[in-house]
Amino acid sequence: MGKALGASVYAASTDRQNPDPNLVTRQVNDMKVSFLLNGEAVEVNTSPTQTLLDWLRIERGLTGTKEGCNEGDCGACSVIVTDQASKRALNACILFMPQLHGKAVRTVEGISGHNGQLHPVQQAMVDHHGSQCGFCTPGFIASMAAGHANGRTDHDDVVAGNLCRCTGYAPIIRAADAAENAPVPTWMTEPTPPTGPAPFAPETLYALAAWYAANPDATVIAGATDVGLWVTKQLRELDSVVFLNRCADLQKTSVTDDTITFGAGVTMQDVHQTLRDHHPSYAEMVRRYGSEQVRGAATIGGNIANGSPIGDNPPALIALGATLHLRHDQVERSIPIEDFFIAYGKQDRAKGELVTGVTLPKSAPALRVYKLSKRFDQDISAVCGAFNVTVTDGIVAEARIAFGGMAGTPHRAPAVEGALTGQPWTNATIIAAAAKFADDYTPMSDMRASASYRQEVAANMLHRYFAELAGEAVNVLEVQP
Amino acid sequence: MSVGKPLPHDTAKLHVTGAARYIDDIPTPRDTLHLAFGLSSVPAGTITGMDLDAVRAADGVVAALTADDLPHANDVSPSAYDEPLLATGTIHYLGQPLFLVVADSHLNARKAARLGNIDVDETTPILTIEDALAANSRFEDAPRIWSKGDVDTALSTAPHRLSGQIEMGGQEHFYLEGQAALALPQEDGDMVVHSSTQHPTEIQHKVAEALGVPMHAVRCEVRRMGGGFGGKESQGNALAVACAVAGALTGRPCKMRYDRDDDMMITGKRHDFQISYDVGFDDDGKLTGVDFTQLTRCGWALDLSIPVADRAMLHADNAYLLPTARITSHRLKTNTQSATAYRGFGGPQGVLGIERVMDHIAAELGLDPVNVRQRNYYAPMGADTNRANTTPYGMDVTDFILHDMTTRLLDDAGYATRRKAVADFNASHNTLKRGLGVSPVKFGISFTLTHLNQAGALVHVYQDGSIHLNHGGTEMGQGLFQKVAQVAASRFGVNVDLVKITATDTGKVPNTSATAASSGTDLNGMAVQIACDTIRDRIATCVADHYGGPVRFEDGQVIADTITLSFAAAAALSYTNRVSLSATGFYKTPDLNWDRINGTGRPFFYFAQGIALTEVVIDTLTGENRILRTDVIHDAGASLNPALDIGQIEGGYVQGAGWLTTEELVWDDKGRLRTHAPATYKIPAASDRPDIFNVTLWDEPNPAQTVYRSKAVGEPPFMHGISALLAISDAVAACGKTYPSLDAPATPERILAAIKKVRV
Repeated sequence: MGKALGASVYAASTDRQNPDPNLVTRQVNDMKVSFLLNGEAVEVNTSPTQTLLDWLRIERGLTGTKEGCNEGDCGACSVIVTDQASKRALNACILFMPQLHGKAVRTVEGISGHNGQLHPVQQAMVDHHGSQCGFCTPGFIASMAAGHANGRTDHDDVVAGNLCRCTGYAPIIRAADAAENAPVPTWMTEPTPPTGPAPFAPETLYALAAWYAANPDATVIAGATDVGLWVTKQLRELDSVVFLNRCADLQKTSVTDDTITFGAGVTMQDVHQTLRDHHPSYAEMVRRYGSEQVRGAATIGGNIANGSPIGDNPPALIALGATLHLRHDQVERSIPIEDFFIAYGKQDRAKGELVTGVTLPKSAPALRVYKLSKRFDQDISAVCGAFNVTVTDGIVAEARIAFGGMAGTPHRAPAVEGALTGQPWTNATIIAAAAKFADDYTPMSDMRASASYRQEVAANMLHRYFAELAGEAVNVLEVQP
Repeated sequence: MSVGKPLPHDTAKLHVTGAARYIDDIPTPRDTLHLAFGLSSVPAGTITGMDLDAVRAADGVVAALTADDLPHANDVSPSAYDEPLLATGTIHYLGQPLFLVVADSHLNARKAARLGNIDVDETTPILTIEDALAANSRFEDAPRIWSKGDVDTALSTAPHRLSGQIEMGGQEHFYLEGQAALALPQEDGDMVVHSSTQHPTEIQHKVAEALGVPMHAVRCEVRRMGGGFGGKESQGNALAVACAVAGALTGRPCKMRYDRDDDMMITGKRHDFQISYDVGFDDDGKLTGVDFTQLTRCGWALDLSIPVADRAMLHADNAYLLPTARITSHRLKTNTQSATAYRGFGGPQGVLGIERVMDHIAAELGLDPVNVRQRNYYAPMGADTNRANTTPYGMDVTDFILHDMTTRLLDDAGYATRRKAVADFNASHNTLKRGLGVSPVKFGISFTLTHLNQAGALVHVYQDGSIHLNHGGTEMGQGLFQKVAQVAASRFGVNVDLVKITATDTGKVPNTSATAASSGTDLNGMAVQIACDTIRDRIATCVADHYGGPVRFEDGQVIADTITLSFAAAAALSYTNRVSLSATGFYKTPDLNWDRINGTGRPFFYFAQGIALTEVVIDTLTGENRILRTDVIHDAGASLNPALDIGQIEGGYVQGAGWLTTEELVWDDKGRLRTHAPATYKIPAASDRPDIFNVTLWDEPNPAQTVYRSKAVGEPPFMHGISALLAISDAVAACGKTYPSLDAPATPERILAAIKKVRV
């Protein structure tokens, strides 16, 4: 078992105080939320799970923002959300109104100027024939305008979460290229959003943990990229909810000499930023995790806590020997992350206990993470494999290999690891070890892949790992035309 | 002249500002009701009980209707009256609408639609092609068979002979705007319907039947669709009829839009096919005979499956002269969504069959697949040949231009050099392999149901010189409205800004055909040209009477012998002289005759052509793959708008490549579609387009007398995506000795399986 890293990150609760007054009142389907909409302050009475998209379209009559899939996978509903930390494109269809409190929302209607001047990305989309049916276009405009404001030039990534069925994307990317150097229009500057406490969104971990311990049946909502679908697709009514997005204690990233600790509320977008400097292969996987909009909302804690067998962070974190931090009321504990996933749908998390963060080693040069899906961008993995093998003097000193998509939980491959450990790092060892995957995993067949393909490709990923470390070209994404 | 200019889409500025209205954006009256269907959760059986008490008791529900509650016709089929709006006792597929919820909000309707308590006596469903063949479950009494010459002798005497099979999956349209309709009851029982449809007249027709009123009592209006691709040719009928019936019963406006998952569970998709082939050829790879068997899964209802399957047969030759041929087509009936029109309408499936054959022959003989194709091409336009240049259905091919297009593509794209570079790369790489694929397309233009090849237009010129344009075609993003407006502006010699494009409306132009078969511009552009010329000639006569002729219309001016008037002044002059400034136009495609039973005649006015070269790289450990570069030369005739035409080609290519790579429809053994949302059904994303993507228009006038000698461009470029599959197959072939026989969609899993096969 991996040693617990950074176990004391949240050990001292220095935030003792009275419970957050926002959590004292009973939850009712009538909460006040204040934010900026296209530069104007609005105060809205809303239910906890009303989506921004429905509110914009039905309550405000702002129909420029479209519903394409109602599950965060097509980007037609993209809007720009700005807060002190960042300006991001997010999917309005799975964004709950309380998440917007104190932020600024800009829809396609607010991306052009008051007297009809087009934003540079809008003009470029007209000039380069970037719209055909036009239905996806407002979402593209939101993503592109956010990317433009942030100086982004990796346009394929900026719009990876926006599907277009008409154009084949080429003219859209030409438009994004053309608009790169135009100045950001003055009207895109957001005034200071309204401040004040938010309903059901505690600002300290102390208050959050206390409330959740007392209300263990509540639904904890971080980015809502998963819970959002409970509401929009399963049509579930969530009686009691608590939002994590204003809990500053959960949103810290700390990098020490040896470790990186992500608070559970750190978005995958921010995780990506940090990982790029320390774990490039993991970061490359995260570049393909969800989409710009999903990464801007989803949190690393959410991806771990929901215990999905196909979450993409757990295999990498298990291979890194990461430590998971949890807290029940004021009691904290830390465990090796691999012990968190007990069985399908069952995690080592008590009722009312929160996942608060994860600590991973800062350096692991041999870590490689392979995400396999039908489509490169914004696709759930059929198989996600993470390899972290330490070779000393030609002999495997330690092997940590973990997979998602191969079982009811993400977990390690002990038989494969055993066949590697202590052996010379040679092709013969790889061949012998690859044969052991059947001892470690009994994958399922589903719409993403068959069991036999999963089994075969897991073993092939070990071959790829060996070839990649030996310097062979193994990544189709790195091939130049 | 406006024609030929690369103008933007007519509502591009509305698209980018969010101001373009789709059905769900139209402001509705406060008392508008919202609809949702309750769906079958089993694929086959008989309904023995339907308890909707919980549905009716749910929040906001106004009514829950079953088939028994429908006042008149219960049918939404475009063809055979075999598609009840609501089930009448028999369950035909998982996802079939059984009852209709009418509620005060979209969300309440969706919630209530899940509360039905349906008792079903389940029967064993027929789900696959194999199931259907075993049960002889089919449309039409027997397979349709068309023949040319004595194929059996040709095959038995051929120097070489091979056989094989390719499976190709269906395809979800994934129009970004889901199906939607809004019905507004009017006085005296009339109904106005806004529908996201390619076929307003059919909406009008089906709504009239459902309401028991003449067609004159129903008006259907369509300003735009958020994508169609064939998926809104017939699949919008159910929503429009449901809204109209509920509207008539409640007296309130009714709106319905499918949630994406419902849309994918309910509506039809592209037909999947299995095509097997037995071919004979000589040492040069020249065909002597081809025997194709096409098996297709039509789903539960007829819909448009007959003409789709016909078009697959009609494109079994693609660009190649088949000296002898037999094409056998089985149209199989299964308990799945009723497969429907999808861009290419069976053509892509037929083309893929023969393109597979060409590659297979090349592999068998060790020849370059491009050379095998060139040797089998039809004779070029104008060539003096003593061999009949006829299709398997007996139509002379007189406009074939792919020889020159192929030569130019190979030169422009550096094919020979790159062929060698790919071989070098593959020799020096273990894990990664590259491949090249070339596919031409020759696509027949016209509806094969000949009477559909007609169109009408209505044009008004107002006394201020502004022009109101209307025709029967619908705008789904393809740029039809702008291209036709450019025609109108050109006829009057004015700037296109003077032309107001208006929503398609069955009250303005009646009895229209679906905007389909790539025919929108050909048909409606000509009808508009005729209408404009009628008005222009009247204005010219009036102006000539006053100022002497001849009269010319140029640069916004009307130039007579003694005076130059602005177009507005000429219109005003005509008005004050009591000249009618409104006209209809009507066009029907000439020279068509077609006997679909025997498979003979001239079903097409002309052929649109093009050729594509794709280069890919695959990972032989996982089957992951990526398109690196694509070069396309495409024939849009003398392009009416090169920017919009190139847009169709780029978009068609990516959609076609998606069909054959990432887009996989998976049904489980219970008949449930498991890929019913974008989380599980993967259309191409931005990074899936080719890194290098060169698209060139051939830009030669159409020898057929089309509008400004342009050619249809909606469907033909879709088939360029076939080159991506062929390129992947080429890369797989680099892993071993045998022919990959790669099926589609070529997901990583299928690619890895093919790699293992060629390595044996």
